[in-house]
Amino acid sequence: MDSRRIVNSIATITTAVAAFAVVGVLVIILSYISYQGVSSLSWQFLVETPKPVGEGGGIGNAIVGSLIMLGLASLLGVPIGVAVGTYLSEMGDGWFGTTVRFVADTLIGVPSIVFGVFIYALVVLQQGYFSTLAGSLALALIMIPIITRTTEEMTKLVPKTMREGALALGAPQWRVTLDIVLPAALSGIATGVMLAVARVLGETAPLLFTAFGSRFYNIYLDEPMASLTVQIYNYAISPFDEWHDKAWAATMVLVGMILLINITMRYVTRKRY
Amino acid sequence: MNTAARSKFLSGDTFFRLALASCASLILLIVIGMVVVMTNNSWLSIKEFGIGFLYGTTWDPIKGQFGALPFIYGTIVSALLAVLIATPLSIAVAIFFVEQAPKSIARPMAFLVELLAAIPSVVYGLWAIFVLAPFLREYVYPPLQTYLGWLPFFSGSATGLGMLTGGIILAIMITPIITAVVRDVLEAVPMTQREAALALGATDWEKTRIVLANASSGIAGAVILGLGRAIGETMAITMVIGNRPQISASLFEPGYTIASVIANEFTEATGELYISALVEMCLILFVVTFVVNAFAKLLILSVGNKNTAAG
Repeated sequence: MDSRRIVNSIATITTAVAAFAVVGVLVIILSYISYQGVSSLSWQFLVETPKPVGEGGGIGNAIVGSLIMLGLASLLGVPIGVAVGTYLSEMGDGWFGTTVRFVADTLIGVPSIVFGVFIYALVVLQQGYFSTLAGSLALALIMIPIITRTTEEMTKLVPKTMREGALALGAPQWRVTLDIVLPAALSGIATGVMLAVARVLGETAPLLFTAFGSRFYNIYLDEPMASLTVQIYNYAISPFDEWHDKAWAATMVLVGMILLINITMRYVTRKRY
Repeated sequence: MNTAARSKFLSGDTFFRLALASCASLILLIVIGMVVVMTNNSWLSIKEFGIGFLYGTTWDPIKGQFGALPFIYGTIVSALLAVLIATPLSIAVAIFFVEQAPKSIARPMAFLVELLAAIPSVVYGLWAIFVLAPFLREYVYPPLQTYLGWLPFFSGSATGLGMLTGGIILAIMITPIITAVVRDVLEAVPMTQREAALALGATDWEKTRIVLANASSGIAGAVILGLGRAIGETMAITMVIGNRPQISASLFEPGYTIASVIANEFTEATGELYISALVEMCLILFVVTFVVNAFAKLLILSVGNKNTAAG
């Protein structure tokens, strides 16, 4: 009896220590980012373009670039992802739906760099130059399966009785889906979309050889485009201390945006359900 | 009859169904497109090196010699290290959240662990270069060398940038992913099993062991899912693994992974054969991670099915 109790206590303590250790890693990483980042953060840093070592410079064009590519990727990825997710939840019970569901789930785990190489071969190689468009396409491909999955989950939460009620009143299925099911699931779908946006905002690898990066402000689709993540990477692997400081400050901005989205979405959905 | 058939064909529902189904087929088209485009673009390398590409050890862009073995080795070893470290940790954390901690503690902590998964890879890389690697070099690797230096894994000098550091940062990155899936799997185990165990006088831990046994295939799926992520992880590992294509028993030595070599060399690659070889690497990475993920998915699904079947 006693030995069982001892084993039980040891097990409880071990799992608790593990849990607190993992949370501790998050705390350490976040506090280190804030500590390192805050010293280089300034208004100039947020609006200026990168400059040679010793001349200051910032991440203004990178922030704009990230947002533009994110917007374009969403423009393409959100409608498709929501459509596929709706299909899977409303009429995806057959072999075709099962296959699509399985493939979409599997795509979520495919490394993002693979999408970058795919778009490189498909777009960059054909056009002959790196471009905003190529970067956005790569990001859209990463978004689609994620949004598909959350849309399906959220749409499935809408009670069957609501569909049955509408169908019983004589509404065709497309009206039921568009006017009853999707509005009811809207906040859940929006959450899923925002989480996908946060995920894609942090992607570096698929942009390396699609959007490539740029040292200037740019709004053109057919030119290379800067992004926060690629800028962080370039600053981080440089040999200069000053640029390392900039990497931390840019990281603080990036992680701040991502955590803000995650925490807000969590808060919004908690209130609702 | 004829008009009825036509109006059925033209009806909103048919159109709606077709529109959504064609969007859905896009998912399959993407996968097929990826395989076709990447095979097409790596054909030069596939023809030139054949199956020898997989076991060739020379990577020499100047001489046009491309063998993937050092990269395959680096990918497998770093990913296995990551899984080895992350698996016990993740299972323990998930047990704490589902089986032991009161909800008021478990919920916010579980959320924090999920946030860990939201941090971008490049940020982990930055942190690993400037914080983790120096820390390991100063405080962890010297004692490892002193006490375990007779093992081939811990021989040689530790600069901090190498296979083991890569494995550790990967472990930190996949821990929240494995934890989340194990949590889901544990929660899918019917409450009645816990109640039955407790009613027979089992301690908390004995109850947990029964739950674990019932969830074992799902946990295996979670671990394999983590393995898939570790294999494909790019930025963070590129920044700390040392990027040297070599096969060395020592985990302190630099290595190189498939994803890293693509990230590092793709934009600078000149010559069709060189690019072709890199695309072939990417094709290998795609196929491997796709298969690993599919396998993990099947294992995780099997837990859900078993429990629904049981009632």
